[in-house]
Amino acid sequence: MGTTELIWNGIAALLVLSIYSFLYKDNPFYKFAEHLVVGVSAGYFAMILYYNAFLPKLINPLRAGEYWYIIPGILGLLMWARFSRKWQWLSRPTLGFVIGSGAGVAIPLYLQNYVLRQLSATMLPVGVSSWPQITNILIIIMVLSALAYFYFSKEHTGVFGGVAKFGIWTLMVGFGAGFGMTVMGRVALLAERVVFLRDYFSQLWNAVF
Amino acid sequence: MKSVLARADSISGRILGGVSLFLLTLLISPALSLAQEDLSHSWFNTHRVNMLVFLLVFFALIIYFIERAKKGKSLFIRRIAGLDAIEEAVGRATEMGRPVLFISGIEDVDNIQTVASMIILGNVAKMVAQYDTPLFVPICRPFVVPVAEERVKEGYASAGRPDAYNRDNVRYISDEQFAYAAGVNGIMLRDRPAANLMFGSFYAESLMLAETGFLTGAIQVAGTANIHQLPFFIVACDYTIIGEELFATSAYLSREAKLLGSLKGSDLAKAIIMGLLALGAVLETAGITGFTRWFFIE
Repeated sequence: MGTTELIWNGIAALLVLSIYSFLYKDNPFYKFAEHLVVGVSAGYFAMILYYNAFLPKLINPLRAGEYWYIIPGILGLLMWARFSRKWQWLSRPTLGFVIGSGAGVAIPLYLQNYVLRQLSATMLPVGVSSWPQITNILIIIMVLSALAYFYFSKEHTGVFGGVAKFGIWTLMVGFGAGFGMTVMGRVALLAERVVFLRDYFSQLWNAVF
Repeated sequence: MKSVLARADSISGRILGGVSLFLLTLLISPALSLAQEDLSHSWFNTHRVNMLVFLLVFFALIIYFIERAKKGKSLFIRRIAGLDAIEEAVGRATEMGRPVLFISGIEDVDNIQTVASMIILGNVAKMVAQYDTPLFVPICRPFVVPVAEERVKEGYASAGRPDAYNRDNVRYISDEQFAYAAGVNGIMLRDRPAANLMFGSFYAESLMLAETGFLTGAIQVAGTANIHQLPFFIVACDYTIIGEELFATSAYLSREAKLLGSLKGSDLAKAIIMGLLALGAVLETAGITGFTRWFFIE
């Protein structure tokens, strides 16, 4: 590892340890690292936005003679009017376009993936003659009871309340599985950072001694 | 309040316009892309008829109930248990003389969860204004800042305390996800709010925020429709509003016709789906597979 790389990796290692120091308590090192990441991310994000969005999607097409790109450019500029109380209304067409197009894309997609596909996959044959048929009964009961939990037009009392309670238990089982899976991923991230620190300090030791 | 509702009114009008435009586009575009050599036979994608039927039924139900709500008909919604938790959290912060922290998620104002969060923020602002408790609102997206400022200001005004509104308490932190989380963690550790209310769209930073709040001893109430983040809120928070309950909470608090009508319409759609599911299972068991195949998307 060269000297320059040693210095930059040293700064990275120092910042990693500064952030982890907050596990003990708030301290100047954590404060410094926190303010640094907020400031750097704002500047970095601005540059990413310029080079990945503004330049290829507005400036370059306009330079190439595709002048109709000025329309979305003006719509984007009008969004800045939101910061003025007097001219806020100018941002409404842009906001309407963004929300309308977002909803227009998202609604059929969500309906397709989260309703129709799930519905066709959950319409399963039931019975007691085989284990798959028994698990199908469990699946259907759990799906129906989970849906009953999110029914807001009736109080959760009586039999319906019992079904809704079973539904929330079903949801909690699913959340527990999701939690375990994500914790495994986070531990993997921690392991990667620990390996980075180990490798850096061993290289630093070799370089110095 | 009226200006925010007027804005929501124009937004929803545009949503309907956008939906109809893009519905048509999405129905047509797969057919166009698959059959470019013979466009004259591809103006309607027959493989998506089931989606069209579902969309039309959903829209009809929602519009019907919105119209009923506009006419002043009473639409019953059960009280969400999380509402009591919000009041308890604000009350605890008032007793301890410490601020309330309201986190509205990391998505922009065009995200429906952020819209729901802003409605809840207005009601929380009214509560804290009545008790004279400080309210901090760190924001991730710049365009959410004016909306949040207006909601907080209206909350203070409706509580009769417009003088107590402090614009500096609604502050922009950073667009970057983990920079925002680091900034909010810093606020939690330094200002030590007694109540953390987290409503909106969250991603990987959810556990960071919830765990830091837990470490500070704050009472935490969270709500999100991002199902992958719900487990973290459930383990780290005192109360969690799950998924669609977030939208039900905002509808219950605002009592606005469009929100109530949408909720009732989706409730009836849910009941229809449950019925179809049960019917489909019975038919599949009887060996009749045509019904299930109708719902299949290629």
